[in-house]
Amino acid sequence: MAAIATPKPTKTPEPKTNHRTIAAVISIVPGLGQLYNKQFLKGATFFIVVLSYFLVNFELFFKGAGNGPGDRGAIWGLITLGEVPGVRGDHSIFLMVEGIIALILLVFGIAIYVWNFIDAYRIGKLRDMELEVPSLKMQLRNFRDNGFPYAMLIPSLVLLVFTVVLPLIFTFLIAFTNYKFNNSPPAKLVDWIGIQNFLNIFTVDIFRDTFISVLGWTLIWTVASTTGVIAIGIGLAVLLNQKGLKGKRFFRSILILSWAVPAFITILIFRSMFNETFGVFNTTLLPAIGLDGGVEWMTDPTYTRLALIGIQWWLGFPYIMTLTTGILQSIPEDLYEAATIDGATSGEKFRLITLPMILFATAPILITQYTFNFNNFNIIYLFNNGGPAVPGQSAGGTDILISWIYKLSLGSNPQYGFAAAITLVLSFFIMTIAVIQFKRSKSFKDEDMI
Amino acid sequence: MRKQNRINMALSYLILTIASIIIVYPLLWVVGTSLNPGKSITSDIFPSNPTLIHYFDLFDATQTDYGMWYLNTIKIAVITMVVSVALITLTGYIFSRYRFVGRKNSLILFLVLQMVPQFVAIIAIYVLLNMLQLFDTHLALILLYAGGAIPMNTYLAKGYFDTIPKELDEAARMDGAGHLRIFWQIILPLAKPMVAVIALFNFMAPFNDFILASLVLRSPEKQTLAVGLYNMVSEQFDNNFTLFAAGAVLSAVPIVLLFFAFQRFFVSGLTAGGTKG
Repeated sequence: MAAIATPKPTKTPEPKTNHRTIAAVISIVPGLGQLYNKQFLKGATFFIVVLSYFLVNFELFFKGAGNGPGDRGAIWGLITLGEVPGVRGDHSIFLMVEGIIALILLVFGIAIYVWNFIDAYRIGKLRDMELEVPSLKMQLRNFRDNGFPYAMLIPSLVLLVFTVVLPLIFTFLIAFTNYKFNNSPPAKLVDWIGIQNFLNIFTVDIFRDTFISVLGWTLIWTVASTTGVIAIGIGLAVLLNQKGLKGKRFFRSILILSWAVPAFITILIFRSMFNETFGVFNTTLLPAIGLDGGVEWMTDPTYTRLALIGIQWWLGFPYIMTLTTGILQSIPEDLYEAATIDGATSGEKFRLITLPMILFATAPILITQYTFNFNNFNIIYLFNNGGPAVPGQSAGGTDILISWIYKLSLGSNPQYGFAAAITLVLSFFIMTIAVIQFKRSKSFKDEDMI
Repeated sequence: MRKQNRINMALSYLILTIASIIIVYPLLWVVGTSLNPGKSITSDIFPSNPTLIHYFDLFDATQTDYGMWYLNTIKIAVITMVVSVALITLTGYIFSRYRFVGRKNSLILFLVLQMVPQFVAIIAIYVLLNMLQLFDTHLALILLYAGGAIPMNTYLAKGYFDTIPKELDEAARMDGAGHLRIFWQIILPLAKPMVAVIALFNFMAPFNDFILASLVLRSPEKQTLAVGLYNMVSEQFDNNFTLFAAGAVLSAVPIVLLFFAFQRFFVSGLTAGGTKG
C-alpha cells in the first residue's frame, strides 16, 4: 500500500493533478476509486463483488464455527481446534477443514481488494498524465483477451485444489496435531502439539527402528527396481533395433504385453504363482531345474524382496523400451557410419553414441521412473501386503514408506498425526528430487517465462 | 567380420526368445488356468479338457458380483477419460500458448504435485469426502482420478503443443478465428497422438487403481474390478482360483486390445511431451 500512496518520482514533469492518490485512497470503499475515475460500470462491479463476497462469507468468518457458545469464526476454529469435546461440542477436524477453506477464501478476498486499489491508482495515473482512459468497449475486449487463459484454467484449478492441494495442506496440518484413532472427534478434541510427531520418529524406539529399516528398504527397492527396468528396457530396445533382425514387430508385440496387461492383474497373478504351497514356482518351475523343497517367497523377507524386484523388472521395462525405440530411430545414421570408418567396434558405438543419446533425451523421464517406484504402493501391497510381518516393528518386511503410511492411516489403531508426519518426510525426499530435476532440465531453462 | 555378425544375431535371437518366454509364461499360465475344469490352482498351461464354464460363472450373480464390478469400472473409466482429456488438453494448450501472470509458478506447482502421489493424503481425502457427503460414490472417485491426473498429464500435453508451430495459431487469428476455435479446430486435430495417449492412460487408471477405490467405495455393489479381484484372491484363494483367473483374463483383454490399437501413437505422443516438456 505504501508504494501506492507515495508514487516513485519519474523523469516526466510532475503532473498538476493527483488523481492517482485520491482514487487509490478512497478505494478503501471498493469501487469508489473507479467511480471517481468516472468508470461507473467497473466501480459498480467492484462494489457488488466485494459486497457479495462479504455477505456470503460473513457466517464462515465470524459466526457458527463449532457448537460451543458465542459467535466464533472459522479462523478461531483453526487456531484452537475447538474447546468443547463431545458429540454436541466442537469437532476439531471439521473445524480444521473449515479453517483451511476460510484461509483460502481470505487470500482470494484480499487479492480482489488489492486489485481494486491497484486498478484505481493505475487509471488515476493515466488521468494525471492526461492520457486517454480506455473506453468501456476497449476494457471489455481487453478483459476478454487477458482473462481468457484464467477463465479456461478455472475448472482444472478448482478440481486440482479440491482433490490434490487441499488434502495435502490438510495432511500438512495434521502432522502437527495429536490426531489418532484413540484421540479423535467427536468424543475428544484434537490439539496442536508442534513438532512432537517428528520427534517421535527419532525418539520412540519402535518408530525409529521401523522408520530406519523401512527407509533403507525403500531406497534399495527404488534403486534396484528402477535401474533394472531402465537397463533391461534400453538393452532390449537396442537388440530390437538392429539392422537385419527379422521378426521385430513380433518380438516387440510380445514384449510390450507386460505393459498392456493392467499391472494390478499381473501382480495378483504373480502373487498366486509365488504362493508357497500351491504356486507354480515351488510346485513346478523350481523342481524342474532340480531345486526341491520350495522357497519361502512369502514368509522370508529376503525372498519376498527379490521376487518384488523381479516382478517390477517384468512390469516396467516396456515403457522404457518404447521410449528408447523412438529415440534410437531418430539418431542419424551417418554418426554410426563415421564411427565405423574410424574403426569403432559395436561395443564402442553403443557406449559412445547410442547410450549418451538415449540418456540425454530421456533423463527427465528416467528420474520420474525413480520417483514412481519410490511410491509404488500397488506392487508392495497387492503382492504380499508389505509382509511378512517383522517382530518389534509396526511395518512388514517389504513395506516401503508409502505402504507403511497406508497401514499407519488405515490399519488397526491408526496414528493419523504420525502418519502425516511420515508423509511430510516422504514428500520432502520427493520434492528434493523434483527441484534437482527442475534445475537441471534444460527445456525448463529455455522456457520464455514471465 | 561376417562370422562375428552371425554370432551377434544368433545371440540377439536367443535373448529375445528367452525374454519373450518370460513375458508370455505367466500370461499363458493364467489363461490356461481359467480354462481348467477344476477349482484350484494348477500348473497346467494346456488343460486336456478345456472349458469356458468359469467365464459363465463370472456372470452368475449367486457366485460373484463380477459383472457389476465390470460395469462400474467401465463407467468410471469412460467418464474419467472424457473429463480428464477435456481438462488436460485445454490446460496444456493454455500453458503452451498464453503468457500470463502466475504461469511460471503454476508450472512449478504442477511439477512438484506430479511427484507427490495423491493418495499420501488418504486421511485428508477420507475426511473431506465425509464432510462433502461424497463417501461411497463413484462421483468422488472420478473427481479424484481426474484431479490427480492433471499435473503430470498437463506437462505431457504442454510439451506436445509446444512442438506445434505457433504460426498456425497466428494465421488462424488473422482469419478471424477466436481463442477456442483455434484450439478446437486447428491445434487439437494436430495433437491426435498425444490425445490418444492421454485418453488411454486415463481410461486405464481406474482399472489399475486399488488404493483410492478401496478407500472411497464401501458397498460391495459399487466395487471396481481391482478391489473385487483382490478380495477374490486374498480371501478365498485356493477354492476359487480358476474363477479368479477367468476374471483376470476378461478384465485384461479389452485393455490389451485398446493398448495395441493405440500403440502406434505412443512413441510420438510420449517422447514429444516427455523430453521437451
